[in-house]
This record gives sequence, C-alpha cells and structure tokens, in this order.
Amino acid sequence: MDAKIVIDNIGKGFTRNGKTLPVIDNLSLKVKDGEFVAIVGPSGCGKSTLMKMISGFAMPDTGAVRIAGEMVTGPSPKGIVISQHGSVFPWLTVRENLMFGLNRGTLREKTELADHYAEMVGLKGFEHAYPRELSGGMLKRVEIARALVVKPEILYMDEPFSALDALMNLRIRNELLRILQEERHTVILITHDVEEALYLADRIVVLSQRPTTIQRTFQVSQLSQPHPRRLSNPQLQQMKDEILSELGLDLDVSGDVVEQRQA
Amino acid sequence: MDKLQNKLHKIWPPLLLMACLVGLWHYAVITTETVIFPTPQQVLDGTMELARDGTLWQHIGASLKRVATGFMLAVLVAVPLGLWMGRVGAVYDTLNPVFQILRPISPIAWIPLAILWFGVGDVSPVFLIFLSAVFPIIVQTAHGVHTIEKRYLDAAVNFGVSRRKMFRQVVVPAVLPDILVGMRISLGVAWLVVVAAEMIVRSSGLGFMIIDARNAGNRYDLVIAAMVIIGIIGLLLDVGMRRLEGLNSVRWRYGR
Repeated sequence: MDAKIVIDNIGKGFTRNGKTLPVIDNLSLKVKDGEFVAIVGPSGCGKSTLMKMISGFAMPDTGAVRIAGEMVTGPSPKGIVISQHGSVFPWLTVRENLMFGLNRGTLREKTELADHYAEMVGLKGFEHAYPRELSGGMLKRVEIARALVVKPEILYMDEPFSALDALMNLRIRNELLRILQEERHTVILITHDVEEALYLADRIVVLSQRPTTIQRTFQVSQLSQPHPRRLSNPQLQQMKDEILSELGLDLDVSGDVVEQRQA
Repeated sequence: MDKLQNKLHKIWPPLLLMACLVGLWHYAVITTETVIFPTPQQVLDGTMELARDGTLWQHIGASLKRVATGFMLAVLVAVPLGLWMGRVGAVYDTLNPVFQILRPISPIAWIPLAILWFGVGDVSPVFLIFLSAVFPIIVQTAHGVHTIEKRYLDAAVNFGVSRRKMFRQVVVPAVLPDILVGMRISLGVAWLVVVAAEMIVRSSGLGFMIIDARNAGNRYDLVIAAMVIIGIIGLLLDVGMRRLEGLNSVRWRYGR
C-alpha cells in the first residue's frame, strides 16, 4: 500500500501564560492515493489545527507530515485548501478567479482551462460574473473549480459546505462526487456532519477530545455501498449510530439521537 | 419610471429647504435695512457680472488647478508609501509615529513656512494641499492592507503565486476601496485648505476672490458668491469621488 499522506506521530500545543496546553497528541494517520478520508470530532478538538498542519499552514511541534515521501514545510499548490467561509476573490470575475492559480501557459491556454472547469461545475455562462452576483452554492462551485484547475493532488476541505443551506449542501455533495469520478483526487474532509462524512468518504476517522488523538476508524468503503449512497441503508445507519456514540451522543428509547448541538 | 419618482421624492425636500433659507435671507435683509449685507438677488447679479467678464472662471480654474496638482502629488506619494507601510511591519513602526504627529497639525499652520520656502507663487498653495491630502491617504491605505482578510492571503499563498501576482491581484485590489475612501477624505480637506491658503498667498483663486472683494470696497455680494461657489464645487468633487465607488473593481466592498 502506497501512502500518499503520512501523518507521523504529530503533536502540537498552544502556550499561554507559560503553560503549554496540548491540542494534538501523538496522532498518526496514513491516507492512500485517491482515498477520501473524512475526519469528524467534537467541537474544539483541534480539527482545524490538524488540517493546518497537514496542508502546511502550521508546523507540528513534534513529528512530521509527509506527502509522497516529502516532508511538508509549507503550503503548496499540490494540496489546495477549501474552507468554510471560502476565499473566492470578490474583486475578480469567475474566470479571473479560476485563472488565478495558473502560473504557466499563455493567456489563451489559461482561459480555456478556466472555462473548462467552470463548465464542469455548472458555471458556464457565468465566466464574467463577479462573486457578489452569485449565490452561496455557486460561490462554492467557483472555489472547487479554482482548486481543481491547478490539478492538485490533494484537496483539503475544512467544513466546506457548513455555511450552505441544507438543500444546497446535499446538492453540492453530489456535484463533488461526480467531479471526483471524473478526476480522482485524494481528499481529506473535516466535518461535524456525520451524514456528510458517511455519504462522501471511503473512511471516517473519529477524533477524541483534547488532547486529540484518533479514537476510532470506520471503513465506509467496506460496506460495498456504491455512490450515490442511500443513507437510509441499515448498514450505514448502524455505522452512523456507532460514530455518534463515539462522539458521546447516545440513543434514547425511541431510537432518536439525543443531540447536543454545539455552535 | 418608479426610480425617477423615487429620485424626485428625495430631491424636493432639500430643494424646498434651500428655497426657504434663501427666502428667509432675502426677508431678513429687507427688514433689517442693512446697507452692507447683500440680498440673494444682488449676489446673483454680482456673480453674473464676474462670469461675464471672465474673472470668475479664472478664479475657479486657478483653485481647481492647485487642488488637482497637490492632490495628484499626494496620491502618487501616499499610495505606494501606505502599501509599503501596510506590508512591512518595521516600516510602519518607524514611519507611523512621525505621521501621527504631523497629521494633526493644520495645514494652515504651515502657511508661514510655505511662504518662507516657496514665496507667494503657485507652489505654496500646492505644497499646503499636498500636506493636507497626503496623510489621510497614507493612513487609510496602510489600514486597508492591515485589514485584508487572512483567508484571501492564505489562498494566494496556497496557489504558490509570485510576489508580483500576489501584489497586483490580491493586495492592491483588496486595498483599493480603502484607498478610495482615503482619497475622498483627502480631496475634501484639500478643497478646504486651498481656499484658506489663497486668502493669504496668492492673487488668484476663490480664496483670493473673497479677500479681494472685501478689500476692494466691501463687495459682500462677491464674498457670498464665492462662498456659495466653493460649497457647490466641494459638493461636486465629493459626488465625483463617490461615483468612483461604483466601479466594478471596488463595488464588492460596498455591498451587493
């Protein structure tokens, strides 16, 4: 098995008033090339800190992250981050946004590539629109397309759809799956939405409370549920219950989840 | 059609107020029987007289030219300086305290030095306008750089773009709305200052026109004419600057 991403025993703490508060403690994880791994965990468990270290925006205090054998020392276009609030440049048109990451090629090649990906995410005809003229769902598509256009090996998605309304969230999930069938990328998805993780991921990693380590791993792809998965499937339902119980949410008598939603 | 009606609804109350004020003024002059303070009609006549012999346009042109020169120089100096200060912490820490001390000094206080250094020619008012316009733009530009949202800078770093691209496609467009705000504030201050500077320094311009009208036989009709014209031009300059805020490259900042 060739691991694309190797997270090797990393740890990180934050120092405040001379005391070090451990956030992530001896966490190790291997992600295969082309694998879709979802990371779920309780709020404030350091999911985003973990993502920053994998994507190179923060360095671990101990241990190392290696991508294709090379140690991560900073952000790189090989792995593009898509975050909750998005970072589509509001002062550039859709096409200019998509062309932003293209550092090589003639203007014509760049334009063609940008328009190809705009079409792929269903934004044909909006190439000259400014982000303020687009809806939240369309903005997310722009962001995904802008990442794909540079042909990254990895997509880092940090709660990418949580700012969208429920319906758009479901729609974008399907779009993402369709795109990933066309172009296989390695994906790490951080989410607090267990159903989203079950719907999209090959494997789900549940993190513990701080100091964060991996609490349990679920192999979703083992269930032989082809995409698009039906979340009403009993096996997936059972896995969902198990994941929720790992996260400290237990079932009451009626079978409904007693949720303690945290902001 | 609706839009036009909306506009009319907005326009008539201030127009009505202005008409009332002019009426009140006229009535006050008549009842007090003052011999020195002119009626609105006399001001209008005085204005027409100057407009016909051309001196009015000379004065307006002179003032505008000085403002334009000083303001442009200020923009040329302040925008690069503000960007530099915003991007490099050490530059900011070094220059900011000095600017914060110089900024509250009214440009009027520089008049004696301006006369000493540049005489009573065209350079002095331009220098004073430059002084008044340069600081607001520097401060706003640096502030704009500091408040660029980190997610945009992070995204640019993620894509591994060159410094040049980072600057031209992220930093400058992100700061442009702040630069415009700084320019609008500056232009307002510059217009205030040019009139004050011309009162002392020069032999043309709207400020000179006011002083000259008073000295040359208490022509208060012309004093007031100049005041009204100064107000109207100031308004037009501000409207013009606000127009710039409608440009596509900065509209993202001012809502949908």
